[in-house]
Amino acid sequence: MNRLVSPPGPLVTVTGVSFGYDRTPVLLDIDYTVEPGEFTGIVGPSGSGKTSLLKLLLGTVRPQRGQIQRQPGLAVSYVPQLETVNWSFPVTVAECVLMSRSTRRLVPWATAAEKADVTAVLERLGIAELAGRHIRELSGGQQQRMFIARALLRRPRLLLMDEPTSGVDIGTRHEVLHLLDDLNREGLAIVLTTHDLNGMAAHLPHLVALQRRIIAAGAPREVIVPEVLEQTFGARMDVLQHLGMPVVVDSGEPAQLRPVAG
Amino acid sequence: MTLWQSVLDPFGYDFFVQGLVAAVLAGALCGLIGVYITLRGMSYIGHGLSHAIFGGYAAAPLLGIPIVLGAGAWGLASALAINAITRARRIGADAAIGVVTTASFALGVALLTRFGTKGPAFDALLFGSINGVSGGDLLLLGGALVFAVTVFTVLYRAFLFSTFDPEVADVSGVPVRRMDALLMLVLSVSVLATLKIIGVTLVAATLVIPAVVARMLSDSFSRMLWISTGLGAVAGAVGMYLSFQLEIPSGTTIVLVNAVAFLVALAVTGGRSLRRAAGLHDHTDLPAPTALVGAGR
Repeated sequence: MNRLVSPPGPLVTVTGVSFGYDRTPVLLDIDYTVEPGEFTGIVGPSGSGKTSLLKLLLGTVRPQRGQIQRQPGLAVSYVPQLETVNWSFPVTVAECVLMSRSTRRLVPWATAAEKADVTAVLERLGIAELAGRHIRELSGGQQQRMFIARALLRRPRLLLMDEPTSGVDIGTRHEVLHLLDDLNREGLAIVLTTHDLNGMAAHLPHLVALQRRIIAAGAPREVIVPEVLEQTFGARMDVLQHLGMPVVVDSGEPAQLRPVAG
Repeated sequence: MTLWQSVLDPFGYDFFVQGLVAAVLAGALCGLIGVYITLRGMSYIGHGLSHAIFGGYAAAPLLGIPIVLGAGAWGLASALAINAITRARRIGADAAIGVVTTASFALGVALLTRFGTKGPAFDALLFGSINGVSGGDLLLLGGALVFAVTVFTVLYRAFLFSTFDPEVADVSGVPVRRMDALLMLVLSVSVLATLKIIGVTLVAATLVIPAVVARMLSDSFSRMLWISTGLGAVAGAVGMYLSFQLEIPSGTTIVLVNAVAFLVALAVTGGRSLRRAAGLHDHTDLPAPTALVGAGR
């Protein structure tokens, strides 16, 4: 993949955004920018608003208050949670990847150029030999690679991923995060959600701690600190240092919960 | 009369030949659209929609509207009403289908009982009939099949994507809501066109069984389309033939032939294929609202 060159300025700017479902607030007063080439993990427990923030960045939901501005013509791709996918659906890996081209042509079959593009992106992700396999036959890491391949076929400048390390083993988690790191080095901006703190601290240069509001944002050593974690997860956690990286340990003590205003 | 003569005897009757052609077209149409319906977990909506259209069938002549137009508009309005109720998320899709379509069916029964019918007989509408298939019916069936084939060919990729993963399809520029509405339109037209042959109570089975058998036999979406369409057509032909010979309503025999095909596929392929088919959504949701409302906060 050639290195992506972005026009100057943020890809997405979120200003004073609040969002909720019916009358239940999910996100409050969010200010956040996605810069070209950034690699960010949004961390927080279930119900903290991570997925909602991702959907706001995608543009599939609209804020109830505030503004979201995207760079004109910004190509965004999205990788869903593996758990939400119907793995029995009758498609092969190549057919699944080709879905990215659904809006471009009105013929059912793939053209020679499209087949070449699919092969190239599958080779780039190291799963070209799996092109003809049914999607059910893939391992967790291969499934993630297939969806990333589908996302890359749209040639995005921003990749949004919902819990890419959820439900996968440690080996697969490292595999996926290393792959994302490589793609990020080629210039692709990546924002992902996770509640896997230790995995993110080792791989991501930038974290956002979310609990309906942005509790903290910055490098892992600035975000993974006991005070921020307690506010974000509602539980006391100890943070140790290992090879210069923060490692989170559950302290086992009850938290002094502080209600989030709103 | 020799055995061979008795086998070929029905083909000497014009009404049988017309009925046979209609059954083949109806079976193929239901088989084709059934793939999308089952993979989207919408099996129950086919059942509901046929009941809803029954109300339109009864009401249209009383309102002085051509049956096809009135029943078609009624069915589409029912489908859109179910869609709207479901999107509002006050009640689930299954309950919405139950409310809208059974109310429409009850209205149809009430109107037919009170005022009689100017169209097909009451029991023919319920279970299908070989009798009285007109040139107009064949034209409607042929038109519906051409319409469905055109839609699913031209929009093959978009329908595949929005059936597999509506959330990502929406983000990727596929107009998922419009695709959902178009599928509802194709389904309404198909159910309306096949109602006379297959009957209100049995349409759902002809939508579901060929697609389930196709899923049992194939791991490929495009092959599923061919198998399901072909099986639907063959089941239609055999079922219509048996209907004539056994003097049983055509919808009944067509569904029974489909059921036999299911059992044969199960016997040949074993439990492995059944597990594959179990991956078909068995819930009653309409196509997922693309706004992702409330999902995975």
